[in-house]
Amino acid sequence: MLRRRAIPVLLISGLGLYKSQKFGDRRYVGDPLNAIHLFNEMEVDELIVLDIDASRQACEPNYELIEHMASQCFMPLCYGGGISQLEQARKVFSLGVEKVSLNQALHAHAGLITSLADTFGSQSIVASIDVRHGLLGRAGVYDHLQRKNLKPSPKDLAVRAQALGAGEILLNSVERDGTMHGFDLPMIEAVAAAVEIPVVACGGAGKLADFAQALDAGASAVAAGSMFVFKGKHRAVLINYPSPEQLAPIFDTEGPSC
Amino acid sequence: MIVVIDYGMGNPGSFLNMAKKVGVAACASSDPALLREASALVLPGVGSFDAGIHQLRRLGLVDLLGERVLGEKVPILGVCLGMQLFTASSEEGSERGLGWFDAETRRFDATRHPKLKVPHMGWNLLEPAGPHWLFDQLPPQPRFYFVHSYYVSARRQDEVIGTTVHGDVFTSVIARENIVGVQFHPEKSHKFGIRLLSNFFARSLSASAQAPREDEPGCLTHASTARP
Repeated sequence: MLRRRAIPVLLISGLGLYKSQKFGDRRYVGDPLNAIHLFNEMEVDELIVLDIDASRQACEPNYELIEHMASQCFMPLCYGGGISQLEQARKVFSLGVEKVSLNQALHAHAGLITSLADTFGSQSIVASIDVRHGLLGRAGVYDHLQRKNLKPSPKDLAVRAQALGAGEILLNSVERDGTMHGFDLPMIEAVAAAVEIPVVACGGAGKLADFAQALDAGASAVAAGSMFVFKGKHRAVLINYPSPEQLAPIFDTEGPSC
Repeated sequence: MIVVIDYGMGNPGSFLNMAKKVGVAACASSDPALLREASALVLPGVGSFDAGIHQLRRLGLVDLLGERVLGEKVPILGVCLGMQLFTASSEEGSERGLGWFDAETRRFDATRHPKLKVPHMGWNLLEPAGPHWLFDQLPPQPRFYFVHSYYVSARRQDEVIGTTVHGDVFTSVIARENIVGVQFHPEKSHKFGIRLLSNFFARSLSASAQAPREDEPGCLTHASTARP
């Protein structure tokens, strides 16, 4: 039986580790290599590392940093940020990364998703979709470079990403990012029901009960940033991850992912 | 020296990290001269079936691998796509595989299980078919990380040494003599992966240190050289 996953998401910029709130308001939380070392010791299910400035600055991925991070990871690692060409992805994979996450490519050059899936297999291609609600409450896909919502609905874009060859959807909620107030459950439900591929819910996790709700809504995995890097109401930086005993009752049950 | 075959499809870096962790000399290469000298081989794999075979052909490695693995009985571990390439063909493409096992690679059938998510992605249990040196010191149902949409369908049950359930039961470990294939990623499966790779490395190094002999399950002459 497939066990569902709890995935820390680490945001990097330059050589630093940051945590945002609602995609802004960044706080420096330390050295990514140290955090990864700790997460490895805690035997986390998987790790997602996103370079939040690479696309904005039109930078290539920082291969040296990725290599250092991968060498600490004896669990699956997904990297996203600044991948706009096939050869860049090839290099990232060769350093010991299992999956690449694409966000801008979904909007700017969708063909890249297909050529990556054809070359490396769908299972290593993650489509990252950022969701933000418009003024009238309609859920839209947020483009963080243009800082505006795009035409297609998150559901339609997820279906398109699947058709292009993506093997997983990383579904982020912009409004809930860093709030620790719980996931956007209706959005998870809508997207998970529309695609066959696994949906990783991200944005808003604050406690284990939030994970259970997201999984019930149809997510195959849950991801969190703040919950795994902060502790307590004053948000002291403390790398943490639930113990297998804490996760078992929520994650070992047969769910929509199986 | 263990050579991780670097054919532009896999994640050789992860295996080198793991080899370093368990204290075994390894390098990643596609140089035929190095592959000829290797005491054991790892064929990793992130990618699609046809692309994988094309890359092996382009690098001139198909015949060389056949000579070394089938002829000289050099131990080889195929991981994920690497395991699938050991089969005769795949529903993912139209190319012939290496054909080392009487098996083919099939896609998970989501129509049989409406809620089945494909790819099969995440941590799942390995059910050993019986004792095997690859599973030494592992618990009865170790957990491994899987990421794949296709699986190996083997015709010979005696070559299926481990299974996993995703919708249906599928072959997650296949083995015959010096050839071992695993569908999961031991290089990304924490302590269970470290143990399984240590077992393969130890077996390979002990096999190269002495004359080939009959299979003895559980025989790990040089186990102490590769502990986690």
